[in-house]
Amino acid sequence: MIPQMTDKLAELLKQVMGYIYPNEIEIHWSILIVVYPYLTGLVAGAFILASLVKVFNVKEVQPTYKLSLLTALAFLIVAPLPLLLHLGHPTRAYEIYLTPNLHSAMAMFGFVYAWYLMLVLLLEIWFVYRQELVLWSEQEKFPMKWIHKIITLFSKDVSQRAVDFDRKVVKAITIIGIPSAFLLHGYVGFIFGSVKANPWWSSVLMPIVFLFSAIVSGIALVILLYMIIIPFRGEKIDMSCLDKMASFLFYAVIVDFSLELLDFIHRLYESEESIKILTELVINKLFVSLFIIQVLLGMILPLGIMVLIKLFKFDQELRKLLYFVSVILIQLGIFSTRWNVVIGGQMFSKSFRGLTTYKMELMGIEGLITALVVLVLPFLILALLLKIFPPWGIKEPRLEKA
Amino acid sequence: MDRRNFLRKTLSFIISVGALGSLKEILNIIPAIAEVKNGELTKPVYGMGIQIDKCIGCGRCVEACKIENDVPQEPFFFRTWVEKYVIKKDGTVIVQNIANETGAETVPEKDILRSFFVPKLCNQCANPPCVQVCPVGATFSTEEGVVLVDEKRCIGCRYCIQACPYGARYLHPTKKTADKCTFCYHRIEKGLLPACVEVCPTQARIFGDLKSMASPLVRFKRMNKLHVLKPYLNTEPKVSYADLDGEVR
Repeated sequence: MIPQMTDKLAELLKQVMGYIYPNEIEIHWSILIVVYPYLTGLVAGAFILASLVKVFNVKEVQPTYKLSLLTALAFLIVAPLPLLLHLGHPTRAYEIYLTPNLHSAMAMFGFVYAWYLMLVLLLEIWFVYRQELVLWSEQEKFPMKWIHKIITLFSKDVSQRAVDFDRKVVKAITIIGIPSAFLLHGYVGFIFGSVKANPWWSSVLMPIVFLFSAIVSGIALVILLYMIIIPFRGEKIDMSCLDKMASFLFYAVIVDFSLELLDFIHRLYESEESIKILTELVINKLFVSLFIIQVLLGMILPLGIMVLIKLFKFDQELRKLLYFVSVILIQLGIFSTRWNVVIGGQMFSKSFRGLTTYKMELMGIEGLITALVVLVLPFLILALLLKIFPPWGIKEPRLEKA
Repeated sequence: MDRRNFLRKTLSFIISVGALGSLKEILNIIPAIAEVKNGELTKPVYGMGIQIDKCIGCGRCVEACKIENDVPQEPFFFRTWVEKYVIKKDGTVIVQNIANETGAETVPEKDILRSFFVPKLCNQCANPPCVQVCPVGATFSTEEGVVLVDEKRCIGCRYCIQACPYGARYLHPTKKTADKCTFCYHRIEKGLLPACVEVCPTQARIFGDLKSMASPLVRFKRMNKLHVLKPYLNTEPKVSYADLDGEVR
């Protein structure tokens, strides 16, 4: 027995309010499981933003197309990491592929993930960059020459016919990609929404709410990255692109907010057996993270800002500043949403008679530091991807048509 | 063999086979034989009955379970536990785990409306949510209807713990795999009773084969008005309670 753990649980036992089943003291899905849906949400959202260009021909957001794809890839690479770190036996994780239980929503993770990574993102990025990669590898010196050459899989054909083919394939993949992105994040919502034992999670709206919050967070992230990276490179921010993205963000936030409000009102109106304990939960445990951070700072405030931007003709600089503040607030809000779902769902007893507490570790494999590392890692991977696949169109002989 | 002889023997063969067949049919009326015939006696389906009014809250079942199954002694890990319910005259309900009464509120006797103990354990659901969600099939139902965890396969994702509506599962602190009541599978396989049933001084727990008419469990089910926990979740528990109060969740 680990004495440290005993001490921790004994400490928690004192903070229990009301009655909880004795096995419920420990919060089993920790901060890492908060990070996981946050990361996959960013993937799905960034991809959907990218698909606006290819499928819906929204030309204004073309400058962020490749950035969105690379962002999605960087975050998708890291997405399984928090899950792996969280497992009691990470070395057995491969069993999810070898002996999957086909009745389990979670067992599908491996397949949905593999499908999305291999067949959607990697393939799309390869076809998008193939022509450029070939041209770069011809012009560059070692080592980039070889890196790019290997990534092209030694294809050399940059004839008009081949490039047209690339373009067709990209469009086809994006069309498959949109439902796949929906699947990826909708499925994460389903993992929670299908737990009938837990009234805080069990909701048919859960996958849809997850999906829209994913779109919100993904678009907000790409806006943030765009606004940081472009000035750093000494280039000018394309305001029509920024305005268009912000506009999509605005609509996505409205849909997301409406869905969450609907869920809230529905629960309150139905007022089922669990309503008392859920009210206690919200008031005692989630007040700051739900009302203040998620709703007020993460939704109402950015919505208000964006309404003001739409109503009044602010000049460019002020608009940039307001967008910047809004997308940061939105990220904060969406992270808080994930927290409220994952941690909130475990802080009340399934006996509906009491509440437990989550005490986050600082160190340790499921601690705050690990979570922060997992959150920073995708940005480092993105920096590397931006080096290998520069999305700026420099050294690009033929500009890609949308 | 002449033709007459051949016909006679054939006829008697047909008649005797027919007679034996119908005898078998007649014998089938006797339930035990019917069960053997269908191969059902070889595989019982286990369940448990709990007579709440007989439980005195001594906690011996909890203690026996922890010893028998190497459940960590700390009060955060239980395969079975006993809840004490005190319903006050003003309607407030106080619930406690009798194994851990530190800081528990003592209610003056004059304020108590009614009070009772409720032993809890895995309900060995016929429709178990934990088995449904396990991504690798490490938790499964045996043919006898007992839900078990294969600790060599469990990856420790804890989805089953989230899915169990009864809080019957925990993550074993050293094995790092999900753990739960097995109805003392190692004992019942040998024809013994689960440890908690064995030690109960008042026979508040009744264990047996749900299919055998001779089992004490079937008698218990015949003699009592029964209820299961959270029936609306359609988990179809095989642990049923007699004299269950509406406050119990």
